[in-house]
Amino acid sequence: MSQAQPKIRIRGLKKAFGDKKVLDGVDLDVMPGTAMVVIGGSGTGKSVLIKSILGLVTPDAGVIEIDGEDVLKAPARRARELRAQIGMLFQNGALFDSLSVWENVAFGLLAEKKVKRGAARDKAIEVLAQVGLAENVANLSPSELSGGMQKRVALARAIASEPAIMFFDEPTTGLDPIMGAVIDELIVDCVKRLGSSSIAITHDMASAQRIGDSAAMLYEGRVCWTGPASGLLTSTDPVVDQFTHGRAQGPIKMALRR
Amino acid sequence: MNFILGLIAAIGAAVLNAVAFIGELGMFAFSGLSHILRPPYYPRMIGRSLMEIGFNSLPVVALTALFTGMVLALQSYTGFSRFNAESAIASVVVLSVTRELGPVLAGLMVSGRAGAAMAAELGTMRVTDQIDALSTLSTEPMKYLVAPRLIAGIIALPLLVAIADILGVMGGFLVATWKLGFNPGTYLVSTFSNLRSDDVVSGLIKAGVFGFIIALMGCFNGYRSRGGAQGVGAATTAAVVSASILILALDYVLTQVLFVK
Repeated sequence: MSQAQPKIRIRGLKKAFGDKKVLDGVDLDVMPGTAMVVIGGSGTGKSVLIKSILGLVTPDAGVIEIDGEDVLKAPARRARELRAQIGMLFQNGALFDSLSVWENVAFGLLAEKKVKRGAARDKAIEVLAQVGLAENVANLSPSELSGGMQKRVALARAIASEPAIMFFDEPTTGLDPIMGAVIDELIVDCVKRLGSSSIAITHDMASAQRIGDSAAMLYEGRVCWTGPASGLLTSTDPVVDQFTHGRAQGPIKMALRR
Repeated sequence: MNFILGLIAAIGAAVLNAVAFIGELGMFAFSGLSHILRPPYYPRMIGRSLMEIGFNSLPVVALTALFTGMVLALQSYTGFSRFNAESAIASVVVLSVTRELGPVLAGLMVSGRAGAAMAAELGTMRVTDQIDALSTLSTEPMKYLVAPRLIAGIIALPLLVAIADILGVMGGFLVATWKLGFNPGTYLVSTFSNLRSDDVVSGLIKAGVFGFIIALMGCFNGYRSRGGAQGVGAATTAAVVSASILILALDYVLTQVLFVK
């Protein structure tokens, strides 16, 4: 029986900034319709990994395949088409502060698909409702919203184009535990409804278990462990065990001392 | 020996950095210009940039031009009266304003106002991931953020300078007629009899180039800013300083090309 083709397949991905090797041969598969959580300490290259897939960072070596096509070798136009199916939720939301909430959500419709403003606003309000925001926030500026509401708007913007792949960069950072759980619920709901494949980066173990089907740990530029997200806290891998339980003693601290 | 090697290494590093900077700026300018020529266009962004660079800069440019014309008339009178050459004041004012002071002073004022604002806005967008977010929404940031500002700079500065020319000449006229006792009709005849269309057009060409430089340096420095608030501040300063120096240097080059036969 042939194995299903991964939605995203990464092999031997390398990226260095000067002398610092951030990614040193990352291998990772994300299967269609599944949610992968990537964990790892600060500076271990989690953001560089998803920025490489998005084309915001150019890797030094390796293969990044989306639907079996290597985006690093594809012609520029084709690479853009492949990456156009990715929606991204940034850590700080990255909302455009010169635009209103609804213009942020409908940005892709207004700027690229040239949809009329009235129709784009209607669509934005529909998507805002999906993340639990009422119509009365549509005309506000992002700076007038709380952190949790900004995250919801950013999520609405990411799902507005109904992407086949979604990336979440530390979606619960800066939120209180209840709002974090609410955002996680919305993420799971959106990903399931759209049938998307997703990669989430997080330091929050509760969040990782809520939104992930599978998990991978980045350490010293490589994926040192993969397994079900539900097994993160019970893993016997010493690196994963130390990280997920926040222990001061263990291999990660030894690596920092070098 | 070590000192000499260190000195050579420092000079070499500085030269390499300068070459890298010029190369980066050249590639950025080329990319910006190529996006001006290729669709899609964002008329809303062009309109917004025209308002920001052009309309919002109008008060400061207008006041600068008006007072410059007034001071020029006063200073010319003080100097020329020593040689009984007061009749040349109108010509000096109109030629100085249209050929030189209008474009250069408007350029410097717009650089300090709109160039700094551009660098700060793009710099903030860079450090808060908004520029990366544009890319993830299938929008080319150079096309959406930079090209409209370059277009607006090239269009807005000549319009501002045309207004500055009128106000500068009017400032000279006001001082000459009200304070220095010139006959208004004679002053105006003297002004326009010595003015050729080349003088005005050349000044407007200068203005178009300066507008491009202001937008380019504002966008370039903002676009590549790093490191949070400090980086944005540094980008803003660099945008104003580099645009001002380039305006003054290019003014000499353009004067040589346009006026020296």
